[in-house]
Amino acid sequence: MKTTKYKYIKATFLFLLALSITSCERELSDKVEFATYGTTGDIFTDTPVGLTDQFFVSFDPAGGANTEGFGTDESITYQGASAIRIDVPAGDDANGGYIGGIFVDRGTGRNLTGYDVLTFWAKGSTTATIALVGFGTDFIDDKYAVGLENIKLSTDWRKYTIPIPDASKLIQEKGMFIFSAGGIGVFPEMGYTFWMDELKFEKLGTLGQPQPAMANKEDKVETKFLGDQFSMADYGLRQTFNLASGINQTVIAAPSYFSFTSSDIEVARVNESGIVSLVGSGSAKITASIAGVSVAGSLTVNVAGGFPVAPTPSLAASDVISIFSDAYTDEAVNYYNGFWAPYQTTLGGETVIDGQNVLNYTNFNFVGTQLTTPLDISEMTHLSIDILMPEVLPTDIDMLITLKNESATETTFQQQRIGGQTYAWDPRTGDINDTESNATFEGGVWKTIKIPIRPTAETGLDKTGVNLIIIERIKSSNVTDLHIDNLYFYKE
Amino acid sequence: MDKNNKNSMRITTTLLKTFGALVLLIAFSCNLDETQTVAEFKNIVLSDEFDTDDFIDSDIWTFDIGNGTNGWGNNEEQFYTKRTENVSVQNGILIIKALKEDYSGFDYTSSKILTKGLKEQAYGRFEARIQLPTGQGMWPAFWLLGANCGDGTADTEVWPNCGEIDIMEYRGQEPTVVHGSVHGPGYAAGNAITKTYALENDRFDTGFHVFGIEWTPEYINYYVDDVLYNQITRAQVEEKGTWVFDQPFYIIINLAVGGNFIGAPNEETVFPQTMLIDYVRVYNK
Repeated sequence: MKTTKYKYIKATFLFLLALSITSCERELSDKVEFATYGTTGDIFTDTPVGLTDQFFVSFDPAGGANTEGFGTDESITYQGASAIRIDVPAGDDANGGYIGGIFVDRGTGRNLTGYDVLTFWAKGSTTATIALVGFGTDFIDDKYAVGLENIKLSTDWRKYTIPIPDASKLIQEKGMFIFSAGGIGVFPEMGYTFWMDELKFEKLGTLGQPQPAMANKEDKVETKFLGDQFSMADYGLRQTFNLASGINQTVIAAPSYFSFTSSDIEVARVNESGIVSLVGSGSAKITASIAGVSVAGSLTVNVAGGFPVAPTPSLAASDVISIFSDAYTDEAVNYYNGFWAPYQTTLGGETVIDGQNVLNYTNFNFVGTQLTTPLDISEMTHLSIDILMPEVLPTDIDMLITLKNESATETTFQQQRIGGQTYAWDPRTGDINDTESNATFEGGVWKTIKIPIRPTAETGLDKTGVNLIIIERIKSSNVTDLHIDNLYFYKE
Repeated sequence: MDKNNKNSMRITTTLLKTFGALVLLIAFSCNLDETQTVAEFKNIVLSDEFDTDDFIDSDIWTFDIGNGTNGWGNNEEQFYTKRTENVSVQNGILIIKALKEDYSGFDYTSSKILTKGLKEQAYGRFEARIQLPTGQGMWPAFWLLGANCGDGTADTEVWPNCGEIDIMEYRGQEPTVVHGSVHGPGYAAGNAITKTYALENDRFDTGFHVFGIEWTPEYINYYVDDVLYNQITRAQVEEKGTWVFDQPFYIIINLAVGGNFIGAPNEETVFPQTMLIDYVRVYNK
């Protein structure tokens, strides 16, 4: 599985707001000149065009990104003297198991309002799939991020077209290009090479029939807690254009391209960045449009009571190895949600609700937390985890928690089934009659689950290097939303 | 297949030659000299601007209803009606709407209007301003059929001997491309004399475009907006068969769904789809 993290970061508009409040109205003097930004569309033709000296800014190597495989090629080009060459590493490459990053404009950004697409030519050393290409990500606020997922490479040059969801928004864009690619197959994936050339924004004029969508075009209904805050980016924001080829090209579009409306602003308010704040009890329907075109799908939030406070752990810090808790110092993690393509649907991760730091997962099927440094839990006797199910309790709660020691050479694990089901999932799962772990959930109430760490002889888990904690729903379980807090190992 | 390919290659070459000559002419002469046959059709004889809401002029238009024989000979999947759901005039526009619905045993409905028996003419300039629908399986057309088309009895001729002039045909899955063709004896269906025209920086489903022909005893010129993109001459036609374009023809405007020319709609095809006609105009000398 590939582990690409691709996330929108909240932008702040406070300074804009301040500006508009403090400035009094008056006529513009003759000398006033509005700042205008360059309109160059070229990004890489034979050389990088107007990009920063670094040319390529990698994703964080701490998250597994390989910074070695980026370069140019003078022998294999689509046109002209040079092309970009990307050497996608093998999944177990010591320098990082995937490659990706962005190209950033050298100056203050470009005015791209006169274009309708980003295009480039690419070919692979073999047929392969690039997980993500796009633009609008600048590693600052990523306000107008756009992503086209899973493009198929041929071994001959092919042109790729990424529509701009609404070009009128791009008056000063610095994020010229983003890509993320992992190897082929299952771990350790096989590396390969691909080339890109003639990377540029273009005005084709042949795009038509926009079909923006959210929530898979469904009218989604969710129950949430008062005080909760979340991003509409977690609700599948998409823009689709029909290309001259007749193909409907769909991209992931950042919330800032959309204009959101809440049917009751005393219940839910959406800001310009698509951040929803739940400010009152009741029900509100959130709808959207993009460049005047209505978005298919909606989100209705039913807001019940305030967000319940998770139990406060009472154990001494010396007896605890904490992964996520305000009560202790947490071990470093690479992520609380690996967004594992292609089977994971789970969205969300760390968030703050009513002042509490919690993990909030939506669209849940499975999710993994990866430790930066493998933990030695040999001394520990239990894993403790607080779980909050929604007010409307799912009818079939059946989950599996896996503690994994995963390395290139060997993978060992222990599992524990939770949720009140009555038979063991696997010989390696714990005793399901263990009352501490086999909690009965109540809607909207935090439950603390204590999972015994069992002898290696029973489970096979090598306790000296636990680096992954996976929570998944199993069998026919319909758990889709959950909050987690106070995730830690302890010894009795 | 090979034979078809060879044929179409030859057509293209001929057209290119013709075009080359035309371009030279335009480039080197300010006035078109008097030896060049230029038909100027300025006398308007039919003009339907669709300016009255909810009114389709029965002195000009009639309807074909149903699915014909074998989907009008092309395995088309729609059932044509004259209900206002499928054909109406609103705000100065004639709207032909394809719907996905169960109707008389078919999955789609749409409409087909024609001037058969009402307005028929040999030669002239025929044009319409149209915004086309979109999506796999949409097959709109603006075309002419010989007034003597029939079953071969009582002074009628069977198709293709009666002749067909396709001013505009379009596949919803190719939103920047239209086709102009003639069909007749020796050059029908897959062997029609045809040429495609592609918009460079625009598409046919996002705005109105003018589609027209100038038809004389010697040639048929095809144009889109202000671009003349093809000339089919009598000589060219006679290389393949008989020129059957010296008799009156009538106008047909329809929006078919599915059929041999384009294939069936798919799950991405959005319904309803509309073909919007701003006007239809016919001129003679």
